Amino acid sequence: MQALKCVVNGKDVEVNVDPSRSLVDVLRTDLGLTGTKKGCGEGECGACTILLDGKPVNSCIIPVMKAQGRNILTIEGLAEAGELHPIQEAFIEAGAVQCGFCTPGVILSAKSLLEEFENPSQEEITEALSGHLCRCTGYLQFYDALKLAAEKIAEKKKATYGYGG
Amino acid sequence: MTINESTGQALERERAGRTMKVAQHLFPGKIEECIEMLARYGGNARIVAGGTDLFLWLKEGKASAETLVDVSCIKEMKALEERSDCLILGPGLTHAEVASNPVVRRYFPALSDGCRSVGSPQIRNIGTLGGNIVSAQPAADSVVPLVALGAECEIRGLSGSRTELLEELFLGVGKSRVDPTREVITRIIVKKPEGKSGNAFARIAPREAMALPVINAAVQLTVDAGRISAARIVTAPVAVAPFRARKAEECLIGKQPGSIGDLKRAAKIAEEEAKPRDSLVRGSGEYRKALVKDLVEQALLRAAGSLG
Repeated sequence: MQALKCVVNGKDVEVNVDPSRSLVDVLRTDLGLTGTKKGCGEGECGACTILLDGKPVNSCIIPVMKAQGRNILTIEGLAEAGELHPIQEAFIEAGAVQCGFCTPGVILSAKSLLEEFENPSQEEITEALSGHLCRCTGYLQFYDALKLAAEKIAEKKKATYGYGG
Repeated sequence: MTINESTGQALERERAGRTMKVAQHLFPGKIEECIEMLARYGGNARIVAGGTDLFLWLKEGKASAETLVDVSCIKEMKALEERSDCLILGPGLTHAEVASNPVVRRYFPALSDGCRSVGSPQIRNIGTLGGNIVSAQPAADSVVPLVALGAECEIRGLSGSRTELLEELFLGVGKSRVDPTREVITRIIVKKPEGKSGNAFARIAPREAMALPVINAAVQLTVDAGRISAARIVTAPVAVAPFRARKAEECLIGKQPGSIGDLKRAAKIAEEEAKPRDSLVRGSGEYRKALVKDLVEQALLRAAGSLG
């Protein structure tokens, strides 16, 4: 067992882990963060996507100790003070959720994209979501949701800072 | 041995010693420290970078290690340095980092495009250039361009340091001459060709994302006084390692880079040289041979077009 110290959803976490395990298993079973889904377990489907230091990665093929000293964001860390993140709202409003299994990962990739590009093009969205398999939505609702999310984030910024970007 | 397992796989697993399980994951801060750790654990420790391949091999019993020596936090392993005659890439750079680097893009678009084709964004954010070399898959999308660019690797281990041509590091499918229990790649050196040069990468896969290549190809052309003075044409997977179409390369020497007929003829020769196998996953040998010609031709035309 090894001592793992990292930041998960803004909180300092210290936990003893078996270093042969994957990050997704520790997040789900030890930390109880079951919002991160485990699909293929081989880095193919993207269901287990989390943000590691802000970048989307497949937590199913990451040895857990790789999180040492790093910052992790899972879907549970997106809502603030009981209020959904604009991307989450947008996914609901655009009907971009069906079975829900790929959704947490897709939303986190969307977050990383929208932090890089305030108003991403269709191609940039396609590229950012290319590591996610979704068998329900046909992906079209994702495009709607991401565009709506970009608008919502811009509006929020305007309301907070009094300007658009 | 299970019913679905080949004898080869069973042997591989036995050799790997199935009972060994990762007991510790260490983070050396320096390359020297990393070599010391390998020495201390004598064969039971193994280098890990992104771990995207290794983690699955460990799970499947295809590889084993009691101690993982993680190089991803070593600063030197992530360096990217431009010198007057070459680029020096840290093997710990992720595919995403290489793909988005403007210096790499300016000199070696083949490498940018190759790195951009690996796996998915999530894989590219963690998988590394060095890891892809040591995993030794013949069609690794970042390695095929590096071979076309004539990259060299500096390798440090228990018995000192050496520099070797990347294309000579392949022992077989999945087998590298770099032994991750004894040594580590510390630098990847890509020379800027003297004079005018152009390079390009091309690939075809069943889908545009998260699919292994049916065929990929990378080329580099160097031009001196209006004539091609050097050509490197690499295609995969048509052999156990990235395959250099040497006859096709030779036939281009002395030709004008603007001669489309000569470029097309070279692609045809590459097709004749390459011997892809029939594959249930990748397609028939005959189909993939035709793809070698098409992709080499595309890559040559683009490389020639970029000479400017």
